[in-house]
Amino acid sequence: MGQIRLNKVSKRFGEVEVIPPLDLTIEDGEFTVFVGPSGCGKSTLLRLIAGLEDITSGHIEIDGADATNVPPAKRGLAMVFQSYALYPHMSVRKNIAFPMRMAGVPADEQARRIEAAAKALNLTDYLDRRPGQLSGGQRQRVAIGRAIVREPSAFLFDEPLSNLDAALRVGMRMEISELHKKLATTMIYVTHDQVEAMTMADRIVVLRAGFIEQVGSPLELYHKPCNEFVAGFIGSPKMNLIKGAEAAKHGVATIGIRPEHLDVSSSEGAWKATVGIAEHLGSDTFLHIHGVEGCDPMTARVDGELPVKHGDTIYLTPQLDKLHKFDAQGLRVD
Amino acid sequence: MARNVTQQRKIINTAAAWAVGLLIFFPILWTILTSFKTEAQAIADPPIFLGFDWTLENYQAVLERSNYSRFLWNSIIIAGGSTILGIIIAVPAAWSMAFVPSKRTKDILLWMLSTKMLPAVGVLYPIYLLFISLGILDSKIGLVIVLMLINLPIIVWMLYTYFKEIPGEILEAARMDGASLKDEVLYVLTPMAIPGIASTMLLNVILAWNEAFWTLNLTAAKAAPLTAFIASYSSPEGLFYAKLSAASTMAIAPILILGWFSQKQLVSGLTFGAVK
Repeated sequence: MGQIRLNKVSKRFGEVEVIPPLDLTIEDGEFTVFVGPSGCGKSTLLRLIAGLEDITSGHIEIDGADATNVPPAKRGLAMVFQSYALYPHMSVRKNIAFPMRMAGVPADEQARRIEAAAKALNLTDYLDRRPGQLSGGQRQRVAIGRAIVREPSAFLFDEPLSNLDAALRVGMRMEISELHKKLATTMIYVTHDQVEAMTMADRIVVLRAGFIEQVGSPLELYHKPCNEFVAGFIGSPKMNLIKGAEAAKHGVATIGIRPEHLDVSSSEGAWKATVGIAEHLGSDTFLHIHGVEGCDPMTARVDGELPVKHGDTIYLTPQLDKLHKFDAQGLRVD
Repeated sequence: MARNVTQQRKIINTAAAWAVGLLIFFPILWTILTSFKTEAQAIADPPIFLGFDWTLENYQAVLERSNYSRFLWNSIIIAGGSTILGIIIAVPAAWSMAFVPSKRTKDILLWMLSTKMLPAVGVLYPIYLLFISLGILDSKIGLVIVLMLINLPIIVWMLYTYFKEIPGEILEAARMDGASLKDEVLYVLTPMAIPGIASTMLLNVILAWNEAFWTLNLTAAKAAPLTAFIASYSSPEGLFYAKLSAASTMAIAPILILGWFSQKQLVSGLTFGAVK
């Protein structure tokens, strides 16, 4: 069991309100990702759930019981930190055993769980090493192992992959997703990387300045962003937001079109434009385009085989059924 | 050319360092040399540097006249006891200052250090009277307490600097792993800070060992440590430099040896956090 319910939870640091009162329920077994630009309060929110920060007002319930004033050690949650936060003076084995030692788990049971975790995380050969002798990826796996053996009601991940290089990050992303499928335990994952959010989450919570902008599945956020901020934040490359006369034609303040929903032609189309930079990724080409009124530069995602280069004149046509409309306040208009 | 300049500079630096080192060490060297002279040679003018008849008679005389082992034992108890007591009190204090600082933590630290600027003699009377009424004058326990209090600001300050270097996330991880405050300090913080705690203890033992003002004023016979042992050789009957030197050498020898073997630890401790 691992349902977490936040009820009017807020946090102030002195005069600064980092998290205005917010409500959020994270269902048992769900993989929830908190995503937002840096300073949006996502890590603070995670630390409030963990109990590492005291909340200013409101209540936190874990599995139906009020946990507002329960110290972190007693909340039954496990956390994986960005810096791994391993105990440098202990071997990998002792690091993984630590939470069980604190809980008074019998030695033979400890050994059994360490072995199982080490096997699942490919750490069997490293159990007697110190964290200092491991690579970044291995360290993060030890941190995850330390979290697993607690058999927590929920896992909290605070930007766990930010310190890893790009290739390792993709691998670890899959490992964490697989772990979630296997354990089916509630996981809350904080990241500023919307790709991680999209690929891993059952449900994404988009935060800005402590406010929840939108909660939904990755595809809900992609197809129906509730405002301009979410529209611009989710999806890579970013959605093109067009203001002015082009938007007025549709009777709104802003229209949005994703780079993959622009049809490109060399002879005819709605907007005439010039190619600035063409980024050839092989499978796709990202075109940075100048000349469309109300949105400069505009990005288009086209087939990798399309022969375009810097300075070419092209015509763009938005797929009208994929057009997003926003009013003057930036809210979605359907 | 450039290599020559750096080579030259290296030689000058090394020579300068040796000169300063010898200058600082000279009084100790002179004391040790004098302790092997006869009383007449000790006061000879011009002074004799090495060309004297080496003798052990001063050491014999000192050992006959005073109970060296009792003074030594008192010094060990007082220096060791005050250090251990100080560490036990300073670890939680430094923990709270390093990991749950308040707006006034820096002020408290400075205030604590400022007490070291107070001339000790300024509080001699109150402490002396306090010792009389508590009945701990000339007792080891009394000196342990006083020396612990005298050095506590330095211990707290040093431990604080060490603890600041330990990432807070590791302690938070311990808390998430179910560790109580006691477990956190005992199993995570202290083992990680062992090098720092060791050099703090070492420095404190040295300070307490050499402390003379309080040890001389608050002891008579029973609890007198090696500082009193030395002082007893500057007597009204006249100065016996050779014997005084022998006593001094015997008093500083244990701490000198301890310092020599742990100098690496000590240097890394004192410069900790300076280079990073």
